[in-house]
Amino acid sequence: MPFLASSEALSRAARLDVSWNEAGVDPFGVSREHVARLMTILDVFSRRYFDLEVHGIKHVPDRGRCMIVGNHSGGFALDGAMVLASLFFRKDPPRLAQGMVEKFLNKLPFANLWANRAGQFTGLPEHAERLLDEERALLVFPEGAKGTEKLFKNRYDLLEFGTGFVRLAIAKKAPIVPFGFLGGGEAVPTIRNAYTLGKLLGVPYVPVTPWGLPIPLPVHLDLLFGEPLFFEGTGNEDDEYIRECVAKVKASIRKILDDGIARRSGR
Amino acid sequence: MRILVPGISGKLGRVVALRLLAEGHEITGIDRRPWTDAPPGITVFAADIRKRAAEEVFRKFRPQTVVHMATVTHLLARSEDRYRINLGGTRAVLAHCQTYGAEHFVFVGRHTYYGAAPDSPLYHTEDEPPLGLGRFPELADLVAADLYAGTALWRRPEFRTSILRASYTLGETGQGTLGSFLRGARVPTLLGFDPLFQVLHESDFAEAIAATVRARPHGVFNVAARSPMPLSTVIKEAGRTSIPVPEPFIAAALGRFGLPKLPQGALDHIKYPIVIDDRSFRKETGFSPKQGDLSPMHAFRAAHPAHPAVPPPI
Repeated sequence: MPFLASSEALSRAARLDVSWNEAGVDPFGVSREHVARLMTILDVFSRRYFDLEVHGIKHVPDRGRCMIVGNHSGGFALDGAMVLASLFFRKDPPRLAQGMVEKFLNKLPFANLWANRAGQFTGLPEHAERLLDEERALLVFPEGAKGTEKLFKNRYDLLEFGTGFVRLAIAKKAPIVPFGFLGGGEAVPTIRNAYTLGKLLGVPYVPVTPWGLPIPLPVHLDLLFGEPLFFEGTGNEDDEYIRECVAKVKASIRKILDDGIARRSGR
Repeated sequence: MRILVPGISGKLGRVVALRLLAEGHEITGIDRRPWTDAPPGITVFAADIRKRAAEEVFRKFRPQTVVHMATVTHLLARSEDRYRINLGGTRAVLAHCQTYGAEHFVFVGRHTYYGAAPDSPLYHTEDEPPLGLGRFPELADLVAADLYAGTALWRRPEFRTSILRASYTLGETGQGTLGSFLRGARVPTLLGFDPLFQVLHESDFAEAIAATVRARPHGVFNVAARSPMPLSTVIKEAGRTSIPVPEPFIAAALGRFGLPKLPQGALDHIKYPIVIDDRSFRKETGFSPKQGDLSPMHAFRAAHPAHPAVPPPI
């Protein structure tokens, strides 16, 4: 058995709707063994370290192209990691969510490998289009990198959404599955972001917590998926129409977050 | 069909020529290097493609198709030689195709045209401009030759033009950029990086040229293997040992400790992937690689073992 990969992760990786070549990689270089390794680690974090509760996973289609769209919750991309773990372990058949990561990651030794071999690619329109063409589940954070920089006090806010993802979803006829992620801000309660330190380390910033380092607390996390949204069109519509669609997606995520906040305050 | 292959005597040129001969074509080649044991049906003229003797071959043979493989891709060759041959040679071939009534011109270029960069898309399509020349100036003449040959698409409407950008090839001959890189038993890699490579078996490469000759597609086309794989897999399957070197030390390590020499700019090519999208070539020609994903490396390993077997004592 490959180092660090659990048997459950390996058997789930083998069930992914992906064609592997003789070297055990797919046409994007995603490695079956590497996915199993990463997921094994994420599983330990999601179940043992954090207490991740997932609701409405049935809204994610079992197969075929789709766009999983949600909020960043601050700190760093804990939200993305938990969506990956949920689609892989708490869904049958399992799915591989493929996120669009920041450009700096490709320049970092090892980090680029862990991301790319697990199907997480630089956020380029070409990648998004090709993944949807290959019937993959695309993970999108329309707030962009700014979303991960949210401070503790803004953890449930939604920043301005980009519009490109809706145009692409319309053009590729992909359903948008909205989600809300809660608890990231509590896990890494950021009081400020150290940009100069980040520059020295080759990353955009380093979140500073009351205890200094951005080591997450083992808190309860909630991931809630909403009903898929479909928008008619060709993808070449006016900006006004696209902005209306984006507003609908944002409202849907806002509603999920508000439900989640109510649920958390009732705990 | 009468086919002329400038650059026929290179090991890959020979593989292509033999494949075309097997299809029943009449093959003539031009090369400064000899091919002494060329089989019957293949005539090779010793000439420099830019000189008068080469034009005489066009005049006498009147090729219907010209497969231009006379480019220098070896990155350690002197740059003025590369410019002269890659650009001057291509210009001469195009002019002769026009003058002597060729029907089809095939330029065999490289996928390295696209350049390797951290922020470029994983899959490159033919409409992309070349990137990375600033960091890898040694590639400039190959890129220029590709773009120059491409002007034939509109400048020479009298014949059809196929510009091919082929991925790395590997096989029995061991020739080519990747073959040279994998020559030694130990192969340097950058610690923490493992880019994707597309490796086409030499026989599939020859079949791709044969498919181009048959279909005569007009345009620029990527030609690639079935699917990409990590460099570490390529090295392992070729029977070599990869030596991961931290990036700050790699420049000092190259050319020493049994590691091959590489120009500085080439380091990006073992750091970031250049993967090409060949859908349009497959659609136009019906080409599909016949060999398995790992067979190029296995063929290379069988023909060029890292540690040649010691003959038993008599």
